[in-house]
Amino acid sequence: MVRAYKSKVVTANALIEGDVVYLTVDDKWTRDLAQAELLTDEAHSQLRLLEAERQPGQIVGPYLADATNGQTGPEPTHFREKFRRNGPSNYFHGKQADSSLQRSNRR
Amino acid sequence: MYQYNGFDDAFLAERNRQFRKQVERRVSGALTEDEFKPLRLMNGLYLQLHAYMLRVAIPYGTLSSAQMDRLALLADKWDKGYGHFTTRQNIQYNWPKLSDVPDMLDALAEVNLHAIQTSGNTIRNVTADHFAGAAADELEDPRPVAELIRQWSTDHPEFQFMGRKFKIAVSGAIADRTVLKAHDLAVRIVRSETDEIGYQILIGGGLGRTPMIGKVINEFLPKADLLPYIESIVSVWNQIGRRDNKYKARIKITVHELGIDEIRAQVEKRLVQVRERFSGYDQTVLAEIQEHFASPTFRQDGTSSYDAACAVNPLFRSWADANLSEHRAPGYVIATVSLKKHGDTPGDATSKQMRVLADIARRYSHDELRISHEQNVILPHVHKSDLPAVYDALRNAGLHTANVGMISDIIACPGMDYCALATARSIPVAQQIAQRFDELKLENDIGHLQVKISGCINACGHHHVGHIGILGLDRAGVENYQITLGGDATWDAQIGERAGPGFAYDEIVSAIERLVGGYLSVRLGPEETFLEAYRRLGLAPFKAFLYPEAQANAA
Repeated sequence: MVRAYKSKVVTANALIEGDVVYLTVDDKWTRDLAQAELLTDEAHSQLRLLEAERQPGQIVGPYLADATNGQTGPEPTHFREKFRRNGPSNYFHGKQADSSLQRSNRR
Repeated sequence: MYQYNGFDDAFLAERNRQFRKQVERRVSGALTEDEFKPLRLMNGLYLQLHAYMLRVAIPYGTLSSAQMDRLALLADKWDKGYGHFTTRQNIQYNWPKLSDVPDMLDALAEVNLHAIQTSGNTIRNVTADHFAGAAADELEDPRPVAELIRQWSTDHPEFQFMGRKFKIAVSGAIADRTVLKAHDLAVRIVRSETDEIGYQILIGGGLGRTPMIGKVINEFLPKADLLPYIESIVSVWNQIGRRDNKYKARIKITVHELGIDEIRAQVEKRLVQVRERFSGYDQTVLAEIQEHFASPTFRQDGTSSYDAACAVNPLFRSWADANLSEHRAPGYVIATVSLKKHGDTPGDATSKQMRVLADIARRYSHDELRISHEQNVILPHVHKSDLPAVYDALRNAGLHTANVGMISDIIACPGMDYCALATARSIPVAQQIAQRFDELKLENDIGHLQVKISGCINACGHHHVGHIGILGLDRAGVENYQITLGGDATWDAQIGERAGPGFAYDEIVSAIERLVGGYLSVRLGPEETFLEAYRRLGLAPFKAFLYPEAQANAA
């Protein structure tokens, strides 16, 4: 029996800021995992990774990370990717702070 | 303290200019990441989980007040208002932008600081006893030798791209406070039977995936041979060390596979060639460096104000009991400032705290500070009569925690909260253990107990040499913590024994509580430390404290 492919997202760090970014369907880099393109096909995943690797002027170290389809978009499955999405647990820094800032700006 | 001369200034300015251009070429696309990565690593710039990380060397752990103020400025101007002091006398900034790093390096150069060789497969920042120049048990200040090695190793053409990194530590005291035996190479200043000062040299120590205790390669090296001998060691290893497997590339593996006698023979042979290239100028340089480390002039003064403060203020008294060490000058002490306030991140200091420390050092510690591998800050020369004022200033900045050497004085690496290599978190485990024992009000009763936590097998948190070591791993996608017991980071260095199966993240703190509670129940008295009890009783009873269910099942 063929094992089902675990869905992925393409992720990397931004070249200048160094923070975590994800590849979107329309070839942009987003800081919000929920906006990322969820890749459910292995061949397509590899293709998207190659396309990401061709953008060294924007990002560093792209790779495929496991993700599932959550209610608002892709969600991490491994705790490492949860930390990358949120930020460190000892201070309210990183994405968790940035996203709350964005939320308060939207209000 | 060492002050840069014209050569040092020009070298660093040129190096920083080169790095600025390298960053520009990376951003413009002229350099690929593969080309840029070794260049940024050679200048201390990592890319971690959430951001870049700049690791700045604090050579042999010594800082002036002006340098500490500058570290605070970097934290405010280009980071998030704090820095993390590491287990190898560096400071790490966790949030710099790539485009800001050249400016940060220029700002550091103005106060004789840099980030050169704090990463990469080269000779790393040379560490030294954090009580250097102050300790009562010191034969000679190790910092001139460490500075000589820093100058020799910086940009050394033969040793820039080796099979693996190479870490050197120097100590000049009887007690080892630098974990000499966990270094690739250690220099220990010793006195011969004929009262001559020379160096005992150890090689092949290291923690990480294959922990090894360093072995003596030379019992007594004459002073003039120091650099030629070290160069011969690094050169021999650089040539014969394994390059087929990254995990077997460190000198500890070379020593383990070939034996210390074979390495010694090869080094002696190489020394004949290398010595010819040293004209003796290194000894002239060393003599010049030594002048920079002239002892401060210590004052003669009474200590009655200290005695009075001890009598009336029990909090001051308990801080003094825990955090002061013996100084070589009468009336003086070495004060350790704990960066381990219960519940805080081990080794972190805010920019405000850094400025307070700089100010205290300026007024009360001859303008000197030290950073220990235990991630604390040292005020090396404080007169006892100034201690009440020092304590008040520390208390106002939340720096008065009285726990040095106790269970909450935990070494912890950044772990998966920051580090790209980590397999589990370290910081929250340290925070929770410290808080738990603070709540239990047992710390003083437990006494001397070193807990050391690493978030992966690379062992930056020194877990192998903790009395209690904790290693965080990823077990099938879940954080899991292995405990080792009986490790020792002193001259009697010992690698801890693994106690058994690991614990989940939400089980580890209670497991440590059971373990320590068990120790309290079996010790001969308050004077028998955890480590001593462990050595007397062995692993079995401690294992029973950790795994009561296994015990019940076997019964």
